[in-house]
Amino acid sequence: MSPTPIKPRQIMLNGLWRDNPIFRQILGICSTLAVTNVVLNTAVMCVSLTLVTALSCWTVSLLRNWTPRNIRMMVQTLIIAFYVIIVDLILKAYWPEMSRNLGPYVGLIITNCIVMGRCEAFAGSNPPRLSFIDGLFSGLGYSFVLLAISVVRELLGMGTFLGIPMPYFSGAYWDKWIIMVMPPGAFFALASALWICRSIGAKEVKK
Amino acid sequence: MTSIGHEVWMAVVTCFAAIFTQNILLTTFLGMCPFTSVSREVKTAAGLGAAVVFVMTCTTVLNWLAYQYVLIPLGLEFFRFILFIIIIAAFVQLVEMIIDRYSPTLYQALGIFLPLITVNCAILGASLFMVIRGYSLIVTVGYGFGSGVGWLLAILAMAGIRQKFNEAKVPKGLQGPGITLIIAGLMALAFVGFTGVLS
Repeated sequence: MSPTPIKPRQIMLNGLWRDNPIFRQILGICSTLAVTNVVLNTAVMCVSLTLVTALSCWTVSLLRNWTPRNIRMMVQTLIIAFYVIIVDLILKAYWPEMSRNLGPYVGLIITNCIVMGRCEAFAGSNPPRLSFIDGLFSGLGYSFVLLAISVVRELLGMGTFLGIPMPYFSGAYWDKWIIMVMPPGAFFALASALWICRSIGAKEVKK
Repeated sequence: MTSIGHEVWMAVVTCFAAIFTQNILLTTFLGMCPFTSVSREVKTAAGLGAAVVFVMTCTTVLNWLAYQYVLIPLGLEFFRFILFIIIIAAFVQLVEMIIDRYSPTLYQALGIFLPLITVNCAILGASLFMVIRGYSLIVTVGYGFGSGVGWLLAILAMAGIRQKFNEAKVPKGLQGPGITLIIAGLMALAFVGFTGVLS
C-alpha cells in the first residue's frame, strides 16, 4: 500500500480551510454548539480537542501496521479515550472550576467525529509525522471557527469578552441578546458561520 | 414505601424534563451528527430514533450498574469513559444483529448509521450526565428513556419539516446542513417555551 505523497503544507491548508471539519464536513458540531457561549470555555475546549486529535492521530499512525483491520475502530477509540482521560484528569486537578463548566463535554471528545474521522481517514494510512500535522491542523481549523462563534455569542449575549465588559455592548443602550447565549442562539450562530464560510468557499471555486 | 414512591415520582418528572425542558438534542446539543444527516425522511428518522430510545435506556442502566458496583468500589472512576464506550459498543452490536434478523428493510435503510450509534454522542452523553448529576437507579431509567424519546421527537419533527421543505428555495450557501441548523434553532426556541413547566 503506497499512499500518494502529500505535502505537509497541503495538509495544513486542508485542515484549516478546504476540508475544515466544521463547515465543510459538518463534523463534531455537538461541542461546537454547546461550549461556545463563553469564550474562555471555548478556548479550553479547543486546546483540549486539538491536543487529543493530534496525539491520537500520531499514535494511531504509529500503530497502523500492527493493528488488525477488523478491530481498528475499537483500538482507535481506546487510544482516543486514553488521551481524553489524561486531559480530563489534568483539568480536574489544576482547574476544577473549568472542569465543572465544561461538564461532560471533555469526555465527549471521545465520540467527537473529528477525532475519529481524522484517525480513520488519514492516520490509518499515513506516516506518524504527517498524521500529527493533519490532526493538529484539523484541530486548529475547528478551533478558529469555534472561537469566532464564541466571540460573537458572548459579545452579543452578555456584552463581554473573556468576562471583561466591552465598551459599547455592556452599556445601558445595548439591549443584550440573551437568546445568543441560550441554546437557540447556538444554532443560529453556527448556521450563520456556515453560511458565510460556504459562500466564500463557493466564490473561490468559481475563480 | 414512601421513599420508593418518591423515587418513582422523581423518575417520571426527570423523564418529562428530559423530553421537554432539557431535551438532549436541543438544549445540550448531543447527537447532532446523525440529526443532520439522517433527518431527510420520516421513515428512517423514526427507525433511528427508536433504536436510540432503546439503546439509550438500556445503556444508561447498564452503565449505572457498572459505575456503582464496579468502578466506585475499585476507585477507578476516571476509567468510566472507556468502560462506558465498551458497554455501548457491545450493546449496539447486539441491537444491530436483532434488527438485521427481524427487519431487513430497516437494516438496509439505516445501513452505515447503526454503527454510528456507538459514536453518537447523545448515548455517551446521557451516561455522563447521569454520573455528574448523581441519579439513583430508578431515576436513571426515567432519564435514559426520556432522553431517548426527546431525541426521537426532535428528529421526527425535523424530518417532517425537511420533507415539506424540499421544494423551497434556499440560498446556496445555506443549503443542506445550514438550513437544518436554522430549523433546529427555531425548534429549540419553541422548546425554550417549556422552561419552567417542570421544576
